[in-house]
Amino acid sequence: MAAVPEPPAAPSEAPAPSPASGPTASPAPSPVPVPTPSPSPSPSPTLKVEPAESPAESQRPGSAAQAPAQPPAQAPAQPPAGTDLPDKQTLLAVLQFLKKNHFREAEEILRKEANLQDSLDESRAAGQRGSDSVHQPDVSSVLSAYSNEGDPSLYEEYYTGLKGFIETALDAFKAELSTLLYPVFVHLYLELVYNQHEREARHFFHKYHGDQEGYYHDDLRVLAGLSKKEHMQGNETVLDFRTSKFVLRISRDSYQCLKRHLQERHNNQIWNIVQEHLFIDVFDGMPRSKQQIEVTSGGMAGEAKREANKTKVFFGLLKEPEIELPLDDEDEEGENEEGKPKKKKPKKDSLGAKSKKQDPNAPPQNRIPLPELKDSDKVDKIMIMKEATKRVKLGPDCLPSICFYTFLNAYQGLTAVDFTDDSSLIAGGFADSTVRVWSVTPKKLRSVKGATDLSLIDKESEDVLERIMDEKTACEFKMLLGHGGPVYGTSFSPDRNYLLSSSEDGTVRLWSLQTFTCLVGYKGHNYPVWDTQFSPYGYYFISGGHDRVARLWVTDHYQPLRIFSGHLSDVTCTRFHPNSNYVVTGSADRTIRLWDVLNGNCVRILTGHKGPIHSLVFSPNGRYLASGATDGRILLWDIGHGLLVGELKGHTDTVYALKFSRDGEILASGSMDHTVKMWDTVKAFEDLETDDFSTATGHINLPDNSQELLLGSYMTKSTPVIGLHFTRRNLLLAAGAYNPL
Amino acid sequence: MAEEKKLKISNTLLPTESMKVIAESTGISQLSEETCQSLTEEVSYRIKELAQDALKYMHHGKRKKLTTVDIDCALKLKNVEPLYGFQAQEFIPFRYASGGGRELHFYEEKEVDLSDIINTPLPRVPLDVCLKAHWLSIEGVQPAIPENPPPAPKEQQKVESTEPLKVIKPGQEEEGQAKGKGQGSAATDGKGKDKKKSLLDGAILKLKPRTTHELSVEQQLYYKEITEACVGSCEAKRAEALQSIATDPGLYQMLPRFSTFISEGVRVNVVQNNLALLIYLMRMVKALMDNPTLYLEKYLHELIPAVVTCIVSRQLCLRPDVDNHWALRDFAARLMAQICKNFSTTTNNIQSRITKTFTKSWLDDKTPWTTRYGCIAGLAELGHDVIKTLIIQRLQIEGERIRTVLDGPVVSNIDKIGADHVQSLLLKHCAPVVAKIRSIPDNQECYKTDYGYLGPMLCTHVVKARAQAAMQAQQVNRTTLTITQPRPTLTISQSPQTSRAPSIIKVPSSITLPMQTLVTARPSTPTQPSSPATKFIMMSSPSGSSTTQQPRPTLTISQNPQSSQPSTSPSIFKVPSSITLPMQTLLTRPSTPTQSSPSPTNYIVMSSSSGSSSTQQVITLRTAPCGTGSTSPVTTTVASVQPIVKLVSTSQTAPSSTVTGSTQKYIVVSLPSASESKVQPSNNSLQQHSPK
Repeated sequence: MAAVPEPPAAPSEAPAPSPASGPTASPAPSPVPVPTPSPSPSPSPTLKVEPAESPAESQRPGSAAQAPAQPPAQAPAQPPAGTDLPDKQTLLAVLQFLKKNHFREAEEILRKEANLQDSLDESRAAGQRGSDSVHQPDVSSVLSAYSNEGDPSLYEEYYTGLKGFIETALDAFKAELSTLLYPVFVHLYLELVYNQHEREARHFFHKYHGDQEGYYHDDLRVLAGLSKKEHMQGNETVLDFRTSKFVLRISRDSYQCLKRHLQERHNNQIWNIVQEHLFIDVFDGMPRSKQQIEVTSGGMAGEAKREANKTKVFFGLLKEPEIELPLDDEDEEGENEEGKPKKKKPKKDSLGAKSKKQDPNAPPQNRIPLPELKDSDKVDKIMIMKEATKRVKLGPDCLPSICFYTFLNAYQGLTAVDFTDDSSLIAGGFADSTVRVWSVTPKKLRSVKGATDLSLIDKESEDVLERIMDEKTACEFKMLLGHGGPVYGTSFSPDRNYLLSSSEDGTVRLWSLQTFTCLVGYKGHNYPVWDTQFSPYGYYFISGGHDRVARLWVTDHYQPLRIFSGHLSDVTCTRFHPNSNYVVTGSADRTIRLWDVLNGNCVRILTGHKGPIHSLVFSPNGRYLASGATDGRILLWDIGHGLLVGELKGHTDTVYALKFSRDGEILASGSMDHTVKMWDTVKAFEDLETDDFSTATGHINLPDNSQELLLGSYMTKSTPVIGLHFTRRNLLLAAGAYNPL
Repeated sequence: MAEEKKLKISNTLLPTESMKVIAESTGISQLSEETCQSLTEEVSYRIKELAQDALKYMHHGKRKKLTTVDIDCALKLKNVEPLYGFQAQEFIPFRYASGGGRELHFYEEKEVDLSDIINTPLPRVPLDVCLKAHWLSIEGVQPAIPENPPPAPKEQQKVESTEPLKVIKPGQEEEGQAKGKGQGSAATDGKGKDKKKSLLDGAILKLKPRTTHELSVEQQLYYKEITEACVGSCEAKRAEALQSIATDPGLYQMLPRFSTFISEGVRVNVVQNNLALLIYLMRMVKALMDNPTLYLEKYLHELIPAVVTCIVSRQLCLRPDVDNHWALRDFAARLMAQICKNFSTTTNNIQSRITKTFTKSWLDDKTPWTTRYGCIAGLAELGHDVIKTLIIQRLQIEGERIRTVLDGPVVSNIDKIGADHVQSLLLKHCAPVVAKIRSIPDNQECYKTDYGYLGPMLCTHVVKARAQAAMQAQQVNRTTLTITQPRPTLTISQSPQTSRAPSIIKVPSSITLPMQTLVTARPSTPTQPSSPATKFIMMSSPSGSSTTQQPRPTLTISQNPQSSQPSTSPSIFKVPSSITLPMQTLLTRPSTPTQSSPSPTNYIVMSSSSGSSSTQQVITLRTAPCGTGSTSPVTTTVASVQPIVKLVSTSQTAPSSTVTGSTQKYIVVSLPSASESKVQPSNNSLQQHSPK
């Protein structure tokens, strides 16, 4: 099975690059000061973008109109998936669409061109079948692939036949082949439901759902509720299964074995499913063992194709601009070997010795336009460097102290926490739609004076910045009001002038921390926005939400620059790469995707989590990624190779917070189970450098060494940990709301 | 993963009858079976969809509990109008009804008068969110401060103490200590491993582990400071020290020292008749009991003799005619009652053994008045039932004895004072009980015939008690609960008055009561996530669910326990929990501003950790009258003396002989001469019933 060079996962995603490529052309040359990567509300991106979201949007009750009707019909047309059957069906679907919209001529012409006269009967049959769901022709056409009906009573036989074959297969193949069971089970079931054999479907489901792996249970639970054809319309999970192929990675030997079996038995039903709904990524070499399969499985649509992770990723850090340091700091700086020649590197990297001058893995400095440094930024950078010299060197023998900020009287309402990089401010997002900002240093929060007062100030004076502040407003915390629903994400800008918040009301808001007012409300998601984050260089930010897409924005445009579409379920968390050229998104479909900001492509798909992902963090050197999910496990990834490199087990509940220490030696994790744990990442990444074999094949053998890597576990008093931050001197700050239940 | 695999997904549907009922309630009467069928399928599917969406909101809200808001949000996601309405503050149970062959579960929807809602005073403004910082860890070690969980949770201390047989391998202890970076965590780890190993090859070598109680330098200093302050002369310092004992979470390692300190201290000071020191020591016991993080069971063998000594010792002070040693006896008696309540179980039988001890020396004619007073006080504190069954029976005899002293020829002044105190003690404790068991006309003559010499005086006291109860009932309807409630209220409201320790035990005066109900539903202290609040809420929710139908649970219990489902333990469990609810309502208030008064903590201990043990008491005392079949409380009084005595005797035979041995020891202790009170041999008697 030739892996077609198509955009990674879903056919529905196919249009995604196109809107992205629209704006791409322009941003590169434009200089930064007014970086306008042309997100002018030109109709083309917006229109083309729509289809990508359609799975989510078509089920919105209000939008059953024509516009969204189109894309899903086209969707099956996109994958050039060889066989005649789907081709014909897409054509039929298009015809149906044309017919419905009274494009008579177009229909005629298409009919002629496609030579479809002979299949008129079929189309009529399909039409009839579709007639009971006339209201939503789009869905029915998407689903129409299920119409090839077999004898319902035989389905169980098919399944048991396959199961029997797998059980009797050679041990070497057994593990690989058994991954086939789940998708086949799902599709057989959906076919039964679609063809309205409710009782058989229910029986089939109950007999065999116990065979499936535990991590599929969330999806199975959704499917279990489906017992009628009508339910399939508008069910997201069903659409996911329909519109995307389930990816399996199987060795050539196993695949031959399977093929032979299916052909011998003339088991067309299963063969059809394998052909239409599965993508079997065949590789040469030894079949994988059960453990090897287990670590990477769990995604809603199977594993990632190997092709999907082949693109080169520039994970290195950008060169820091040269800043003249005040002389008196030279000495201190000299002690620090890495900071010596270049006065740079706020994130000094002791992990790999390679990051010396110019990281070979770093992207070109101007790969994406970045805002120019302001004077205040330079002052800040100098501060960072000064602080860095006083940083505690952490290690298994020197664990950081943890200062815990407890939110009292929050009544379970704390939903998001963020710290500024210099640890001077804490922002909390609350379920009562408020955002609150605390100053945790003696410096109080002040807002700028009113316009009339400002006009009186002498603008030439030295301390003008001090003078514009209104002393009367000084207090320890400020409340920001404006959202219309729980605030699920907050993020400070690197210069501490702005704060972003994302909310259930579908907006992302930008707040000024000078005036403590809302500056912009970025609309676009329409559904709850689960997370948002500023780029480490400011200006850009990313948001992701229930509409299954992540959007890249810049603060001065009210429309997104990029829409990253491809996840099969909610985008639950979004993070920027330290070099700002990539963003990573975690989703409820249990996959993590890495996207290239430059062209909007998905460059990594990481599978292995068994539950929705709720926390992500890059290591300071940009090479590794840690992710935490509802299953309580933390996974470590090598971004360069797109490989799973470690698994940290120990938490018993969702991991909501992850953070690397400033030098990357320690990973701190905070969880719903009221603990903060610290992990030795130096050890975890130790042996990785040389392993070429797994790089080539994607075969992963994870050592089960969580206990050795665990450096400490600190229990709070009934306070779930939802925010973590390392200060510049490597003191760990943690935050959570005391929950007196 | 294996467990998850077994997880069954069931495709449950709502019953079709529900559809019919709902249709009827909206005015559609005739609904065909077919319609119902397809309706249920559709509705069930949609509900499941909603629930799954609502779960997303819960996860993103970083909660573990699904709330109605989540469901509203999920509805909004589906473009369905959310449900409007007032939020119910309390749990609304499903009601059940049947009739016409149909069974129905429904919510009782009361019509709410809008004007009522408008006119109700606004609830108090909730406390604003605030931020508080503390050290969760300092260079890898978790400091033992109240903001952090106790280094060794009670369960772990219990496991340690009740798991007598462990295999000690050489070097293991050292390993545990070397690991001691995260003091708490490493210790737990080490313990966990020990346990596993002992399970594996525990059969080979059975040894009581030689636990070294080595204290760190800081702990030694702390111990020294605390003990000095507790028995020193500076009252402010003492208050601070006691406060520290009552709240600090990291004391479990020092507990054996404290326990020995107290028991030795009592032994020495009883001989020297040093009343003040005895009082200080008892206050230490109280503070230890108040600390919710300590597992005291292991040290009761030292503490109980000390406490009992302070109750019944013949002489506690140098000048018995002047010094108020009675207060110490009262205080110690209350402590004893609390110990019984908290720690008495069917295996150690503390309560029955103590009862027996007291009764025995009380019945003895030669017992001096001081000891007599202690015995009665000790018994009286154990609750109304004990008073009813043991003390009131003997009122006549005791009255006679008092009369001979008071009215007869003056033998000694001390005897007279003693008799006087015993008399007022009897009157004080018996009056409320008599008020309950006797019906209204309080006739002096009748009392005289029933209770002898003390009758007339009792009569006036009863009348007073009745009047007081009636007055308080009028004031606040909820107060009645706490007033009629025998044991807890007495303990709280009186302890400060008599113990002469006003500085530390803050008076939770019932005047503050009316404002409480609103405050209690949330953490009591704004400044500190202290555990009392935690415990309280845990308790209140089960009791809320089980007793919502009973507006006045306490009244039902105290008057007619048999009526509310007699012997089954769950129903009885309701009883203590519902009792504790009102008192906590009363008590959480004082902790709000200061957070330092130990009394709330105290009650939390009682309500949460000792919930089961207090249940035991209720069972032992109450099921017995049920068995005899007499329903009138007045007539049972005679019959029910026996059951308790019986219970005691059976309990003596059941456990091994060491138990009886140790009861003997207690009696020895109760004798005034402290020289022979060696209680150490009974060291393990309380723990030998542990599994294995």
